[in-house]
Amino acid sequence: MASNTLSAGIRHTPGERVYHVFKYVVCIFLAVLSIFPFLIMAVNATRTTTQIQAHPISLLFGTNFLKNLDILLGKNMFNPLVGLRNSFIISAGATILTVYFSTLTAYALVAYEWKLRALFFTIILAVMMIPGTVTSIGFYSFIYKIGWTNNLLPLIIPAVAAPGTVFFMRQFMIPSLPMEIVQSARVDGASEFRTFNQIVLPIMKPAMATQAIFAFVGNWNNLFIPQILLTDSKVYTMPIMVSLLNGDVYKTEYGAIYLGILLTVLPIFVIYFALSKYIIAGVALGGVKE
Amino acid sequence: MKKDKSFSYAKYGYLFSIPFVVVYLIFSLYPTVTTILLAFTDAKGMQGLSNWNFLPKEQIFENFVQVVATPSIEKSQFINALKNTVILWVVNFIPQISLALLLTAWFTSRRNQLRAQGFFKVVFYMPNIITAASIALLFNKLFAYPIGPVNSLLQNLGVIDAPIEFTSKVGWTRGIISFIQFWMWYGSTMIVLISGVLGINPDLFEAAELDGASNSQMFWKITVPNMKTILLYNIITSLIGGLSMYDIPQLFNKGNPRRSTITANMFIYNQAFGSNKLFARASAASLIMFVIIAICSVFVFMAFNDEAGKAKRAAKRAARLEAKKNKMEVG
Repeated sequence: MASNTLSAGIRHTPGERVYHVFKYVVCIFLAVLSIFPFLIMAVNATRTTTQIQAHPISLLFGTNFLKNLDILLGKNMFNPLVGLRNSFIISAGATILTVYFSTLTAYALVAYEWKLRALFFTIILAVMMIPGTVTSIGFYSFIYKIGWTNNLLPLIIPAVAAPGTVFFMRQFMIPSLPMEIVQSARVDGASEFRTFNQIVLPIMKPAMATQAIFAFVGNWNNLFIPQILLTDSKVYTMPIMVSLLNGDVYKTEYGAIYLGILLTVLPIFVIYFALSKYIIAGVALGGVKE
Repeated sequence: MKKDKSFSYAKYGYLFSIPFVVVYLIFSLYPTVTTILLAFTDAKGMQGLSNWNFLPKEQIFENFVQVVATPSIEKSQFINALKNTVILWVVNFIPQISLALLLTAWFTSRRNQLRAQGFFKVVFYMPNIITAASIALLFNKLFAYPIGPVNSLLQNLGVIDAPIEFTSKVGWTRGIISFIQFWMWYGSTMIVLISGVLGINPDLFEAAELDGASNSQMFWKITVPNMKTILLYNIITSLIGGLSMYDIPQLFNKGNPRRSTITANMFIYNQAFGSNKLFARASAASLIMFVIIAICSVFVFMAFNDEAGKAKRAAKRAARLEAKKNKMEVG
């Protein structure tokens, strides 16, 4: 097998061949390590607690899926449909705002010459890395005073100002947006805002798609800020639902807990396997870390 | 004429920045200022959010003193939490960057091309995108005691005789939390590093190859020095992420055993949103974290600036060389 995988035309010593096989062994081990926990999760979600207690590891799916679902939903705590709906509203809303307004802000930075432009960009660079969690007390205080706790809006509207995404969009826009096109649109009498919407946005589509994926997933996975703001079970998000599974109510219902975890990660798995090519490419570009 | 035109369009630069600036001022800057102010007040309880007083002058740093310097066990929790946070990050990051570098060397090796790279990248990166809270709870169940998948696996393999109560032991709990971080992030780090290697001028490698350099010589003498900025960026973003760690230790073991995995963010959350609602003290702790993270951010900022400067210097050098060459050819 080793000799087949070696590139032709280069002579390899036996030591190099052994090393080459070793690389595959390590990579396959790591691949198993990535998949195995999720496989156990999926299998145990279909088994009874008794089966799980007798043989915690099994690769054979059980038949207890619906029963586990009954137990999971029967406690009137974990509600995947409510979690799904709230997480989707927040993630979709925040993603649309982040992608649209970051592109608009990047356009302001790239296409126009204005006095405060350099300063504005410097500020964006400076605050890009500061995570929202360190100013969470002031944020909570503000949201509490305007009566927006247990409301999804404070988790959506701030997405308009995403410094990291603006930075990424600017870096992408500089080499890929020919200003001649913008100029000719002006000659044709299009307004600046229309030029942005109808000419600039389509050119920026690839970068917007990449950032949209990361924004969506980042918002979906967020726990800290939603947990602070949302205390009413009607507005719980998926990660808050997960933290409910940690409570005493589900203590020994292993099958139901595994199923609950499975339900919370399923949407992200679907997104990942549909878009993994773009996601990996986005990470390689140094996609903004959430 | 041209200058006149660009002047008339300048207002759109301001206009299109307005949504960002307004939302940033209201939802980021204003909360930041509030957090800073609250750190010097007596804000406590829900009514304390709108009804607070600045501490008297001689006690203005009282919240910071209570958070940091008071030696009683209960109050020195923040230093303990900060220590935990740093330990959890370091124990995850050293193996993470080491494995990512090793895999980068393997995946970009020019002599022995590894197959199925696309598949490995997709699988290695996968844990990174899954909800951290869900992963932490999943690992809590995988490491269950006395009967759980990991205990069962280790017993079947004959590694251990009796099941281990992982979540009651400091070393195990910290180790598992660090492992989860490591496991979630090495794929991401690897992909970033690989794209960095692909960005290095291939002529450098070809020249080294002609000179008979070995794979490892090329890796340490060409690859690593050329990726200093990417490595620095990676270290600092990882550090900032690590300092804000919350979901994984919270969902894995709620900071137990014996407060050994309470992180700084968990401390802040408990102070502000626990039963006592000590907003002022939580703000003081936030402010300390803010300063630490801001210092880290400055390094990222300088790295980017340095990169831009380097590109400029390189361009200048190339232009000079070119000019010299032309001169010589003429001469």
